[in-house]
Amino acid sequence: MKKQAKKHTNDVILESATSFITFVIFLFAVYLFFAGHYTPGGGFIGGLVTASALVLILLAYDIKTLRRILPFDYKWITALGMLIAVLTASGALLFNVPFFTHAHDYFTLPLFGKTSLHTAMLFDLGVYLVVVGVTMTIIQTIGESE
Amino acid sequence: MSVMHGAILLPILISLFIPLLAKRLPNIHTGWFVLVVPVLLVSYFSHFLPGTMSGETFTARMPWIPSLGIDFVTYLDGLGLLFALLITGIGSLVVLYSIFYLDAKKESLGTFYVYLLMFMTAMLGVVLSDNMIVLYLFWELTSISSFLLIAYWYERERSRYGAQKSMLITVFGGLAMLGGIAILSTLSGSLSIRETYASLESIQGEPFFTVALVLFLLAAFTKSAQFPFHIWLPDAMEAPTPVSAYLHSATMVKAGLYLVARFSPIFADESLWFYLVSSVGIFTLFWGSLNAVKQHDLKGILAYSTISQLGLIMSLLGLGAAALHVDALDDGLYTIATVAAIFHLINHATFKGSLFMMAGIVDHETGTRDIRKLGGLAQLMPISMTIAMIGTLSMAGIPPFNGFLSKEMFLTGVLEVAGSDLFHLPSYGWIIPVLAVVGSIFTFVYSILIVRRTFFGKRQDDKLPKTPHEAPIGMLIPPLVLVSLVVIIGLFPNILSDTLIRPAVEAILPQVVDAGGKIDVHITMWHGFQPEFFLTLLIFTVGFILYKTLPRWQSLYNRMPRAVSLNHQYDALLRRGEQTSTKIHDTVMTGYMRSYLIYIFGFIVILILTALYGFDAFRFAVDPISSIHAYEIILALVLVSSALSITFARSRLTSIILLGVTGYTVALFFVLFRAPDLALTQLVIETVSVALFLLVFYHLPEISRKEERIPFKLGNALISALVGLTVTLVALASLSQRSFTSIAKYYIDNVADLAAGGNMVNVILVDFRGFDTLFEIAVLALAGIGIYTMIKFRQTGGIDK
Repeated sequence: MKKQAKKHTNDVILESATSFITFVIFLFAVYLFFAGHYTPGGGFIGGLVTASALVLILLAYDIKTLRRILPFDYKWITALGMLIAVLTASGALLFNVPFFTHAHDYFTLPLFGKTSLHTAMLFDLGVYLVVVGVTMTIIQTIGESE
Repeated sequence: MSVMHGAILLPILISLFIPLLAKRLPNIHTGWFVLVVPVLLVSYFSHFLPGTMSGETFTARMPWIPSLGIDFVTYLDGLGLLFALLITGIGSLVVLYSIFYLDAKKESLGTFYVYLLMFMTAMLGVVLSDNMIVLYLFWELTSISSFLLIAYWYERERSRYGAQKSMLITVFGGLAMLGGIAILSTLSGSLSIRETYASLESIQGEPFFTVALVLFLLAAFTKSAQFPFHIWLPDAMEAPTPVSAYLHSATMVKAGLYLVARFSPIFADESLWFYLVSSVGIFTLFWGSLNAVKQHDLKGILAYSTISQLGLIMSLLGLGAAALHVDALDDGLYTIATVAAIFHLINHATFKGSLFMMAGIVDHETGTRDIRKLGGLAQLMPISMTIAMIGTLSMAGIPPFNGFLSKEMFLTGVLEVAGSDLFHLPSYGWIIPVLAVVGSIFTFVYSILIVRRTFFGKRQDDKLPKTPHEAPIGMLIPPLVLVSLVVIIGLFPNILSDTLIRPAVEAILPQVVDAGGKIDVHITMWHGFQPEFFLTLLIFTVGFILYKTLPRWQSLYNRMPRAVSLNHQYDALLRRGEQTSTKIHDTVMTGYMRSYLIYIFGFIVILILTALYGFDAFRFAVDPISSIHAYEIILALVLVSSALSITFARSRLTSIILLGVTGYTVALFFVLFRAPDLALTQLVIETVSVALFLLVFYHLPEISRKEERIPFKLGNALISALVGLTVTLVALASLSQRSFTSIAKYYIDNVADLAAGGNMVNVILVDFRGFDTLFEIAVLALAGIGIYTMIKFRQTGGIDK
C-alpha cells in the first residue's frame, strides 16, 4: 500500500494526453484489424495495439481506474477468443468440407457498399481477443501483485 | 457430415450443455436429460438391422485431412451395428440406473455425465470408423474418458491409483496400435481398413506385416484386460458402479475384442495370429477365474470374472481363425468358434451388466460389498436375489440360460480345433481344452460363491454400515431388463442368430463368405450325448466339490509370494521410473535460466553446424549481395553496440532500455527491407514488453553483484560467439545456394484466388497456415493462464482459493 502511494505521480499532462491518445490508438487498432486481409495489420497486431493502449491507461492512472473503465475479466476474453477461433475452424465441418476451410463472398451493405466478408475475419477476431486477453491478464496480474 | 457422423458426435455435443443443465435445474436429476441421448441413438441404429441382415453396409465420408488420407469415414456392417447397439442399449439402461444410484445432492453429476457422454461418442467412433487414424483417436478417447470416470471420486487415493494404472496400460497399448497403423498403412498405402483388406495379397508376405500384427494385438490385449495386462481392471472397480457395469463389462473392455474381430480379415491368415489370440485368451480365462475365487469384494469377483470371460471370447476369436485354414469351408464346423464368440459377447453383456448392477444395489443398500460381511439378504432383497441368481446361473453355464448355450458352443469350438491337425496342434493341443475346462470349473465355483455368500446363510446385520432393504424400483428396472434378456435369449436363442450374429460373423470372416462358404448359425439347446455334454457334467461335479471344500484349499492362494505378482512388478516399475526421472530432472533442471539458455543455444549451434557440414553447405557466393547503403551501416552499428552494451550494463534499467534500442533498430531494418507487417509487430511488441518490464521492475531484486568465475564467463562468451557465427553462416549460405524452389511463389499466385485477400502475411496466418495460428494462440492462452496461476499462487501462499 505504501509503495502504491509513492508510485502514484499525479502527472496532469500525462493523464490528459492519455485520455485523448488512447482513443486514437484504439481506433488505429480497429483500423489495423479490419485492414488485415489486404494491407498490413490483422488480429495479432490489432490485439497488441489495443493492449498497448490499455497499458498506457495503466501507466498514466492505475489499475483501479483501468478496471473501472473496462470492467472485464481478461481470462474470459482469452477463453472467448479461443472459442471463436475453434468454432470458426470447425464450422466448416457442418458444410462437409475439411476443418479450417474458409469461405468468403461479396455483399452489398448499407453505408459500406460492396464489401467482401470472410470467415477468416471471424478467426482473426478470435486471435485478436486472445492476444488482448492474454496480454492484459499478464499485465493485470503483475500489476495487482504488489 | 452425414446423419451417422451426427449420431457418433451427438453425445459429446450434448455433453457441452450438461453442466448448464445441472446448474440451472438442480431439482431435476441431470441423468433424465442424458437418458434421451442413448435412447434416441438406439432407435436410430436399430433402423439398420434389416440392411445388415441382408449383407448391406453403410458408409459416409466426411473430409477431414484429405492431404494425409485422413478422412472421417464411417462404416457400418453387422459387426459395427452389433457393437453400436450394445453401446447405446446398455448405455440407456446404465444411465437409467445411475439416476437412482448417484445422489443429486452429494455428487457432481455434471462432471459425471459429461465424461459418460464423452465415452459414448468415443466408443461409437471406435466401432464405426473405417479410417485407422480416426479409429485410433477414438480409441485413445475411450482411455481418457475411462480414466476420468475411474477417478470420479478423485479424493480417494485408490481411485487415483486405479485411474492412473488403467490409463498407463491402455494408452501404452494404444500407442502400440499407432505403430501398427503406421506400418500397415505404409505397406498398403491406405489408412482405410477396407482398402487394406482389399490389397491384402500384396502386403501379406512383407517382413513387417507380422510386427504390425503383434502391435495391434498389444492394443487389443491391453484394452480387453488380457493376461498379463489384466491388472488394471480390478483397480478400475474404484469407479462408480454404473461405470463398472458399462465400461468395464459391457463396452470398453470389449473394444479389444472388437479390434481383433475387425482386423481378423487382415491378419487371421497368419498362423501367429491364431497362436497368440487363442493362447493368450485361454490362459486369461484360466487365470481370471482362478483369481476370482480368492476375492472378497463383490465387484472384485466380478472384475476377475470379466477378465476370464473376455479371455474366453478372445480365445474363441483366435480359434475362429482356423476356419480360414481349412479347405472344407462348407461344413460350418470351424466357423462355430466365431459364432460362439459373438454369441457369448452378447450374452456376457447381458448377464455381467445385470450382475454389476446387482453388486451396486447391494453396496448401495447395505453399505458394503465385502462377502465376508454380507449374508442372508434373500428375505430382505428378493428381487435383487432373483437378478443375482439368473445372472450367475447364466455365467456358470447352467441351462436354460443363455450362458449355457454359448459355453456349450465354446466347448465345441475348443474340441473341434484341438482335435484337428492344424498347425501341428495334436502334440500339445490338449492344453487348450484342459485350460478351458479348468477355467469353467472355477467360473462355476465363484458363481455359486457370489449368490451363496450374499443372499443366503446367516444374516450379519451388526457388520453392515446400513440397515438393508430392497432397492427403489428405478434401480431394479435396468438389471431386470437385462436378466429377462438372459432368459429370453436362453429359451429362444435363434432370434439372435440371423439378426445379429450371422451379419457380425460374416464381417469377421469375409474370406469364408467370398469363397461361397455358408455360415451356419443355428443354436440348439440339446446336442445329444456329445463330448460337450459330458464335459459340462464334469465341470458341474468338480465345481460343486471344490465349492464344498473351499475353506480347506483357499489358503493355497496365500502361498504365492507377493514379490512375483504382476501388481508388485507394476508398482516397482513405476517407482523405479519415478526415481530415475527425478535423478535426471535434478541434474538437468537446475532452476537457473542461464542453464536452460546454455542447453538451447548449445543444441542449436551443434545441430545447425552439423547439418551445414553434412549437406556440404559451406559455400558462399558474393555476387548476389546487393550494395550496402550508408544508413544500413549506421543502423548495424547501433544494433551491434547496443547489444554489446547490454552485457556491460550495471543496472537493470539500463539493460531494459538498451534491449529496447536493439528491438527498435531491428524494426527499422524491417521498414528498410519493406516488411511492414513485421515492422509493425516488432514495434508494438517492443513497446508492450518494455512497458511490462517497467511494471515488474519494482518487484525485481537488484542485479546481484556477485562476480561469476572467469571460466563460466568465457564459456558464455564462447557460446554467444558461436551462436552469432552460426546465424551468420546460415544467412550467407542460404543466400548463396538454393536447394529448393521458394515456397513464396505459391502464396503469391494463390493469395487472391484461393483466399480473396491482399495481404499475403495475414492470409498465411489465418488461412493457409491457420492451424499454426490456432495452436499459437492456444499456447499464448496457456502461457497467460500459467503466469496468472503462478503469481496468484505465490500471493495466496500456495493455498488454492
